[in-house]
Amino acid sequence: MTITLVLVIAMAVLFSCGVYLLLERSLTRMLLGFLLLGNSLNLLLLIMSGAAGKPPIGGSSEGITDPLPQAFALTAIVITFAVSAFLLALIHRSWKLSRADEVEVDEADAAIGKGRDDAADDDPEIDTDPEAAQNEEATR
Amino acid sequence: MTWLVPLLVLAPLLGAAIALGLLRHQKLQRAITVVVLAVAVVVAATLMVLVDQHGTIVVQVGGWQAPYGISLVVDRLSALLLTVSASVLLLVLLFSIGQGLAADDEDAPVTIYYPTYLVLAAGVLDAFLAGDLFNLYVAFEMLLVASYVLITLGGSEQRVRAGTTYIITSLIASALFLASIGLVYGATGTVNIAQISERVAGLPEHVQLLLHTMLLIAFGIKAAVFPLAFWLPDSYPTAPAPVTAVFAGLLTKVGIYAIIRLETIIFPRPQLNTVLLVVAVLTMIVGVLGAVSQTDVKRLLSFTLISHIGFMVMGVGLGSVVGTAAAVFYTVHHIVVQTTLFLVSGVMERVGGTTSTRSLGGLLKAAPLLAALYLVPAFNLGGIPPFSGFIGKLGLFRAAAEDGSPMAWVTVGAGVVTSLLTLYALMRVWDAAFWRPKPAAEAAAPHASTAEPHAHLRSPEPAPLTVSEETGEAYHPGGSTTVTDAAHASSASSPATGQTAAVEPSVHTPLPRMLVAVTTVAVLGSVALTVVAGPLYGYATRAAESLESPDRYVQAVLGSTDGGTDE
Repeated sequence: MTITLVLVIAMAVLFSCGVYLLLERSLTRMLLGFLLLGNSLNLLLLIMSGAAGKPPIGGSSEGITDPLPQAFALTAIVITFAVSAFLLALIHRSWKLSRADEVEVDEADAAIGKGRDDAADDDPEIDTDPEAAQNEEATR
Repeated sequence: MTWLVPLLVLAPLLGAAIALGLLRHQKLQRAITVVVLAVAVVVAATLMVLVDQHGTIVVQVGGWQAPYGISLVVDRLSALLLTVSASVLLLVLLFSIGQGLAADDEDAPVTIYYPTYLVLAAGVLDAFLAGDLFNLYVAFEMLLVASYVLITLGGSEQRVRAGTTYIITSLIASALFLASIGLVYGATGTVNIAQISERVAGLPEHVQLLLHTMLLIAFGIKAAVFPLAFWLPDSYPTAPAPVTAVFAGLLTKVGIYAIIRLETIIFPRPQLNTVLLVVAVLTMIVGVLGAVSQTDVKRLLSFTLISHIGFMVMGVGLGSVVGTAAAVFYTVHHIVVQTTLFLVSGVMERVGGTTSTRSLGGLLKAAPLLAALYLVPAFNLGGIPPFSGFIGKLGLFRAAAEDGSPMAWVTVGAGVVTSLLTLYALMRVWDAAFWRPKPAAEAAAPHASTAEPHAHLRSPEPAPLTVSEETGEAYHPGGSTTVTDAAHASSASSPATGQTAAVEPSVHTPLPRMLVAVTTVAVLGSVALTVVAGPLYGYATRAAESLESPDRYVQAVLGSTDGGTDE
């Protein structure tokens, strides 16, 4: 099977940029990373149909290009579209709720990261919330 | 009877469309959803019997023959899982309806719930039917997109945060799956599972290994096996109880189903079996250790879910007919039992106001029926003899003993330890939530528990005097948010104080009848698995036999016209 080198390089660049962006904390960058990743995968599917240049329909002496990967790519595009719409809604919601465009810190995880002895605490929730503790002090 | 097969996907999807159009008529919506899923149960059960009698049913959708068209394949494994899933979907739906009928619940299903639930059902059922990898991908996406909506239902801050973890992880899994589909197509020139199975043997060893590993990782994230399971205990517990129940029961099992297909039909050679056994051991041990350290019932159950995925992976990793048969049986058992436990935890939350073992208590007196409903599936999951959990584990251990390799014995050891620790973790919940009296801390210090605020607003009872007496601190029952740290600490750390603060059933909301009825049916279902264990195990063995000889699958799909059979 012959493949086009340019397409392979383009796919690899898109893929690595996508992965890089997905590793960010900002949700919007994650969305962009997901879009790049999706496009690179569509390219990958297209590359798998072999070399370019053959007609999509009709009798040619060389035969026609493989239509199946194109159908895959189309389906994948639709799915990517739907999921990114949902992601946008999620980002919007997250922004409205907390004015933050970031993946928030999981408090339970953060507590474990600090090496705290969770079992000795009464309740992880209250201990990870310094403000509530302060309020409590104040009311006392 | 082949027209029955596409109905399993079409009916839920059409139902979803109709339900979406009836957003203003909740009763009608509910009725449609129930009817559609009831039809799915009947169809799946019919298929299960038909397939066992006449062999694999293959439908070439749209009349295009196998390598070109989309094949829907129902073999024994598919049929069995279809039936169990459809029944579980219906049960959980009834549970959520029960939850919605009870007044003032923040988890009450919103109008979008039913259509989304049906799309989820269509995705799960389609995944079990898919005869080619790309259709499997589409099925995964269908159920995933529906699950994104369900896990962020209501869009509260906590759910959005938990949902983000879940969604991003799933997106990466899907991307990997799509990439491996592309590579499989490049290597074999097909995505039809039967044809891949034929052609994959001709590929160079390293190409096989690459494709195999990529697919395994993609499915492993979905199935939540050890290094890839980090997302599950973070995201599942925040969702509404019925959603968590259906996710726990079905979504991970779809991943397990894909792994079983991958290891038996697509890559039948035992290339990665040792890796699978190692992963199984780690999944069991790490999962159950997580469960032991949890204080929240839902999180604890999520960890036991992970650890028991290890048992199924173990069965697959043994790579023998007995091993696969045990894995199939265990999958069925686990779908039912894990869903039941999550439903019970939903009722516990409803009755006790929280799922934290630190503030739950006295449920045995308040709701003796609920206690029984918890104890039976808990014993079942832990593997106490008469129940199906014991039978499944026994089957797995026997398969490992037959295998006889050192690694197989290590998995048996890990399995035994995991069962005991599972029992320990679940009995700790039993001790805390049911056996001991209600701790005073819950009534006295509303802000200190992990429960949702509304649960406490419903029980604004004066704090027991003993607490303030013991600590000698000023205490105002009315403004109960001003309780002191000392009072809180003493009452939480010494259950003795709880005893004087007598258990008052008035603290608990009464048992919601429909929820209890549905949960009872689920518990009876899990017990019924024990009663029908003989025939069921026989069915699982026959399913495993046809899985371990992929030629029969290949012949059924490729060597037949529409609706052909293999035997």
